[in-house]
Amino acid sequence: PKATTAMAKLILLCLKFVTLCGSIGAVFEDQVGKFDWRQQYVGKVRFSHFDTHVQSSKKVLVATENNVFAALNTRTGDLFWRHVDKTGPEGSIDALLQHGQDAVLVVGNGRLLRSWDINVGGLNWEIVLDSGSFQAACLSGQQDNVKHVAVLKKTVISLHYLSNGHQKWIENLPESETVDYQAVYSGGNGEVYALGVVPHSHIAIVVYSADDGEIIKQVSVEAPWLSNIQGSCAVISQGMLTCVDPAAVSLYMLDLHAESQMTQVPLQSLGLEVVPGFRPVLVSTQPNPAQQPLSEFFVQLGPENYVLLQLNNGQIVTLRDFKPAMLVSFVTAGEKTVAAVMSPKNKTACSINLFSAETGRRLLDTTMIYSLDPNVGKPEKLYVQAFLKKDDAVGYRVMVHSEDHALSFLQQPGRVMWTREEALSDVVTMEMVDLPLTGTQAELEGEFGKKADGLMSMVLKRLSSQLILLQAWIAHLWKLFYDARKPRSQVKNDVTIENLSRDEFNLQKMMVMVTASGKLFGIDSKTGSILWKHYLEDVPSNAAFKLMVQRTTAHFPHPPQCSLIIKDKDTGLATLHVFNPIFGKKSHVTPPALPQPILQSLMLPLMDQDYAKVLLLVDDQYKVSAFPSTKNVLQQLQEMASSIFFFLIDSSQGRLSGYRLRTDLSTELIWEVVIPTEVQKIVSVKGKRPNEHVHSQGRVMGDRSVLYKYLNPNLLALVTESTDQHQERSFIGIILIDGVTGRIIHEAVQRKAKGPVHVVKNGYEYWSTKSRRNEFSVIELYEGMELYNSTVFSSLDRPHAPQVLQQSYIFPSAISTMEATLTEKGITSRHLLIGLPSGGILSLPKMFLDPRRPEMVSEQSREENLIPYAPELLIRTEWFINYNQTVSRVRGIYTAPSGLESTCLVVAYGLDIYQTRVYPSKQFDVLKDDYDYMLISSVLFALFFATMISKRLAEVKLLNRAWR
Amino acid sequence: VKMARLLPFQIAVVSTVVFVLCSDFVYCNNGRRVGDVMDTEFSGFSVPLEHSFEVDDVAKFQVRGALVLKAGREPGVSLTQNQLSEEDRAKLKEVAAVDGLYRIRVPRVFLQADRQTERQMEGYLTAFVRACAMVESHLSDVITLHSDVSGYLIGVSIVTLPGACRGTEVEDEVDLEVFNTTLSILAPVNAPGPETALFLERMEQETEKKGKNPQEQKSFFAKYWYLILGGAIFLMVSNSAQPPAGGGREQS
Repeated sequence: PKATTAMAKLILLCLKFVTLCGSIGAVFEDQVGKFDWRQQYVGKVRFSHFDTHVQSSKKVLVATENNVFAALNTRTGDLFWRHVDKTGPEGSIDALLQHGQDAVLVVGNGRLLRSWDINVGGLNWEIVLDSGSFQAACLSGQQDNVKHVAVLKKTVISLHYLSNGHQKWIENLPESETVDYQAVYSGGNGEVYALGVVPHSHIAIVVYSADDGEIIKQVSVEAPWLSNIQGSCAVISQGMLTCVDPAAVSLYMLDLHAESQMTQVPLQSLGLEVVPGFRPVLVSTQPNPAQQPLSEFFVQLGPENYVLLQLNNGQIVTLRDFKPAMLVSFVTAGEKTVAAVMSPKNKTACSINLFSAETGRRLLDTTMIYSLDPNVGKPEKLYVQAFLKKDDAVGYRVMVHSEDHALSFLQQPGRVMWTREEALSDVVTMEMVDLPLTGTQAELEGEFGKKADGLMSMVLKRLSSQLILLQAWIAHLWKLFYDARKPRSQVKNDVTIENLSRDEFNLQKMMVMVTASGKLFGIDSKTGSILWKHYLEDVPSNAAFKLMVQRTTAHFPHPPQCSLIIKDKDTGLATLHVFNPIFGKKSHVTPPALPQPILQSLMLPLMDQDYAKVLLLVDDQYKVSAFPSTKNVLQQLQEMASSIFFFLIDSSQGRLSGYRLRTDLSTELIWEVVIPTEVQKIVSVKGKRPNEHVHSQGRVMGDRSVLYKYLNPNLLALVTESTDQHQERSFIGIILIDGVTGRIIHEAVQRKAKGPVHVVKNGYEYWSTKSRRNEFSVIELYEGMELYNSTVFSSLDRPHAPQVLQQSYIFPSAISTMEATLTEKGITSRHLLIGLPSGGILSLPKMFLDPRRPEMVSEQSREENLIPYAPELLIRTEWFINYNQTVSRVRGIYTAPSGLESTCLVVAYGLDIYQTRVYPSKQFDVLKDDYDYMLISSVLFALFFATMISKRLAEVKLLNRAWR
Repeated sequence: VKMARLLPFQIAVVSTVVFVLCSDFVYCNNGRRVGDVMDTEFSGFSVPLEHSFEVDDVAKFQVRGALVLKAGREPGVSLTQNQLSEEDRAKLKEVAAVDGLYRIRVPRVFLQADRQTERQMEGYLTAFVRACAMVESHLSDVITLHSDVSGYLIGVSIVTLPGACRGTEVEDEVDLEVFNTTLSILAPVNAPGPETALFLERMEQETEKKGKNPQEQKSFFAKYWYLILGGAIFLMVSNSAQPPAGGGREQS
């Protein structure tokens, strides 16, 4: 008996070991990329240059507003390399200059000057510039040889060697208190011009010698009409500063070499007219920084009108009037400079043509068609790559940047080679929607959904659906047979919107992503391919988005329905976009007009007769409107009104107020909590997700009693930060409050702590100012040994306050975002997914974040499988669910349950998007990939035959015995 | 305050006495006083506690009693309250019949201020409970005032004991005359930080123990010889048990 108990102990030990270490979710090498994918983005393009120093180069350089500098492959659109700098103004890219295989960047408002080798993306050099806000930069050369880069700041101008970044000279700008220096120009003659303006007075021109920084000349020219050089001036030809004055509708020209006055050339004298109210813009080109700019330039006279002008012996000549023309761009190939002009063709297409810059004549066979998709933004900028063909004709490709941040690369005669949806670098919110059933599945489902009407019709219905199934099966077989005869490469397995259907375990879903630019995407979660996109115009730049699934795909034949609330943060005015999440099409359901600012929106579990969940919108008059607002809904609302509660939070006043709905859809204030803003401010509020399930209500303790969890679906976690930022007095407050009754259930302060605080359900992370480290704290609520009213939970009937357990840990890294895994029924143990600034996504078992972890190990705690308390949470490398697939600047993690209880779908988004599956308790409901079907079936068969034979033998034996 | 920090630790060790501890803690922190006797040494200031219960649910607050709050490091509170008049009792029952709300409110106050004028702030804190629960519990309610770190009152909550509405009729009017109120004031507890000191102490103890006790450093086989032996015997027994099992099948 002793041996058996020891044995049992051993087994228990082994089991514990397995449960402790079994929750590791690393992937095998052959699983890489099988269930996960990553997409890397760069963001909205600010500067872009084609690599021209090699004829056959395939690179295009982009510097973006997300502080990313990258090289794209022009053949495929993939990234060659990418450098992600700091977020915010510290890493913003102010200028991108390209010469040969070097790209020079000014970063962080003139803080750093960097040079990159564009072939491999390596850093050549980096130097720190003197302080001062950045104004402009240009390359400077002499005798066709570009050697320097000039950087103009508010008060100084400096010249640096291109080869090593060393400063050649730095000079103070004269009269920099009064003169606003805005531009720097170099024409290749060993002189650097700093151009400044005293608004509405004069232009100041300082000419420096590139050799030693000596001031060669200093001129000031009257220009009382000028306020901004960068916006209205350009240098053309042999140093002719040309400005446009919208008030006088004329051009002003100034020879930078000769001390002279500005000569006025009225546009009218050239036979040109400016569209009233439009500010004309000049577009010039300087193909080689060591040479003078060309004498041809564009002037934009209206939103769709450009004119190509030429300066010829001091006279301005009109070469060609482009009307209508949306976008123009100069490009140089070899010695030839051409102008690419995009003009509207019809409603669905634009045409791009090349024109000789010298003559304005159209080049033959250079037309390209750019088709305009109504769901995509308008083109905003053209980047042209020109090259000389064998017969010396000019060929070109175009990269079109549109207002929805998309980049598309076109080839003649209009073939789109690739499109990059850079809007996806800024995902704001997302939802995952189940894919629809196939027609046959839906038919079967429909059979159960319909009301029964007689035995006969039911039988007929069943027969018909079986027939349909048979038919589908035969069709499937036929397709298999047909495909088998074709070579494998021709069999297409692309996911398109037409063949979308739910898989057996609902592992493939539609990801609906909302981006800050107002573009919506529907992405297949299995492959990451974009299935639909929809650009919403007129989305304010400071909009807040809230996406809700009103009807899932479960209610065939009603289409699924999503609602997106777009709210202007300043005015509070909101619009509602209702769409089908599977196809991206705008719903025919007309959303309500919302004339009043919206304070709060909430989704009720109520459904109308078409199975759409009811959305309640609370306006600033505390009136409630429902969507959909059919009679049925209003009736249900009236019945339910007294049990519909909601809360509003005004963080500027620290006021939380609870309201109850009245039958006439007005509201009444029922509770109020005020947190004085002088002491602390509310920084975040977190509630329970509506589709979250908790399976086990209690925990079995070591002594076989049950500790019941306090499961309050209305519980809100409120996080406050102290207004006093002094590190000794700063604190973080956690207030757990019931959203229905306003009852404060728990209130705790974490002293000597500072934000930013990241909260997930029952855990939060903060920065401890005392110990200078990140700490993680967990709060759990328990009802105690007995359950109060175990059948129903009502916030109104919970008189006893729960017990609060809290424990804190040291977390060895900063945290970008956190989310908990979510599974269908909540049986699977829960993990915490933590996005780290390093780009890793950590899956931390909830077991380590248990406030009941004992400090002293006892028999009971061992029985309960509690891990002994250790103050530091270790990060194990095998906990990274994204192995080496770094997710840059992760901002959010979205989790969705799949049809398998063991599996949770995870999407991490930031600059990149990463999708994978996690199995917090391993795949307990799935057979392994290498499961030996052969062995098990052969064993089964063998056993079957063995029984048959032995049965036969036994019969024979019995017979023999009977005969005896 | 010290108790609050100790609390989780104690709970983890002896989870069965948790509830006693917890309620104990609340008790010792609140200075609970029930009834209308005013303590002479209690030098606090008084704010009205108001209630409202109307059939049409439009709030009309009336004075229910006076809260006497003691400012200072350890805030205390006591309550003197009136009886419900006959008229009010009837109204309360009426409101309970239509499932109306019974609301209370207290003005926002700053407990730490020295002068009376600084104490009172604009606005009220309100809470509610279903009127029927109030009636069925015979006016036994638990009112909790919550203050923040610096002594501002931030919220009030009210629950009744028992909390449910079961529809039982309260016949006796006397039951609805006197409030049986349990009153407390709660300040936020200090959340615990990571317990490094204790952990290190324990680690040290363990290493000491190991050093003292050479028996602990026995080899794997020396430690678990009985397990291995047991396993081996088990395997042998199960091996030798197989032939009879096969024979048994043959006979059937």
